[in-house]
Amino acid sequence: MSDFEPKVVAFVCNWCTYAGADLTGTSRIKYASNVKIIRFPCTGRIDFMLLLKAFANGADGIIVSGCHPNDCHYTSGNFHAKRRWIMFKELMDFMGIDMNRVTFSWVSAAEGARWAEVVNTTVTRIRELGPYVSYKELVNKSVEEEVNND
Amino acid sequence: MTNLIARAKELLTSNSVQVVIGYEAGPTGLARPAFITTAEKAEKLIYDERCIQNLAVYLTKKEVRKLGKAAIVATLPVMRSIMMLISEQQVIAENIVVLGISSEGSLLDIADIRVMQGFIEKSDLGNPSEYKELLAELNKLSPEEKFAYWQKELSKCIKCYACRQACPMCYCTRCTVEVNQPQWIPVQANTHGSMDWHILRAMHLAGRCISCGECGRACPVGIPCHLLTMHLADQVYSYFKVHAGTSDKMSSVMSTYEPNDKESFII
Repeated sequence: MSDFEPKVVAFVCNWCTYAGADLTGTSRIKYASNVKIIRFPCTGRIDFMLLLKAFANGADGIIVSGCHPNDCHYTSGNFHAKRRWIMFKELMDFMGIDMNRVTFSWVSAAEGARWAEVVNTTVTRIRELGPYVSYKELVNKSVEEEVNND
Repeated sequence: MTNLIARAKELLTSNSVQVVIGYEAGPTGLARPAFITTAEKAEKLIYDERCIQNLAVYLTKKEVRKLGKAAIVATLPVMRSIMMLISEQQVIAENIVVLGISSEGSLLDIADIRVMQGFIEKSDLGNPSEYKELLAELNKLSPEEKFAYWQKELSKCIKCYACRQACPMCYCTRCTVEVNQPQWIPVQANTHGSMDWHILRAMHLAGRCISCGECGRACPVGIPCHLLTMHLADQVYSYFKVHAGTSDKMSSVMSTYEPNDKESFII
């Protein structure tokens, strides 16, 4: 799969990682262009369903990133998010959904270089893993099921 | 169960409660829920090994609330459900009389919520042993096998939401699944839509599931959906050392946090 270009969706918080990604750009640091950044008010706002929606709509990898613990603009949003991701990851692992495709990270507004590194390592990893065939098959099969039922 | 009937009669004649929620024998020999409103009808109450349904689900239903103050026949999972409902401010402790049933099937004297808490704390709060084995087996599978297993099971789902209706913790009057702006869960009962639904259900019950297994029993097509919530109940205990439904003062695991919560996957 040499011509495979991973589609990576990044769910980031407005106050730290989005600003960090801005800094990556203004610092003229080059990083993989496979990532599509979606800005949220806070990591606490990132519903787990959004990750499943991303996979269902063809994402091969996902990055979820926000402020470092104790740096949250709203004091505790990232702590709540952390608990949610712990549970979500356990549930996904139990159901066999590939969590190697999801990167959770803390990137602050001052860490432009780190954002580039997080994106690059994720894209490299997804490139090795290949497209998320099994999830795409699940979605396609489900559409067919509907057609056959009608 | 003469003790239970006598106690129910006593409560109803003294008008301490207006309804007793318990079990009665149905026409096919199965136990079914009974809502006893007069002392004479209390004779119908039974309690034996057929009585497994979690009756706490009725406490939040508006038809049952309308009947007045309720007494409820409660085994350990039901007591934990009541505790959870009180901590989430869905029922008022003073408005409920608990007719506790021990694991041997005898009537307990549960005078108030503190006595109930004491009984719960003394009990085994892990997942019931009949499910532990299956959970352990599933955990041993490879990710691909797990994905295939759940696809096979969830492809049977007809999206009747019996799992939600049977669950005492699923009391929201408007469920996320009925929200269509945005459409979180695909409407169709296909494998993908069903998987999304069961993930959402399990996540919304994380730290709230009291491991009664009612969702699995309610499922008309036999999906072991209780394993998802029970697995998370296990995980909640291993990460946060909390068992759901053990105190009326506990805050929900997912709406609180500790700054030093441990995880190993966030870079």
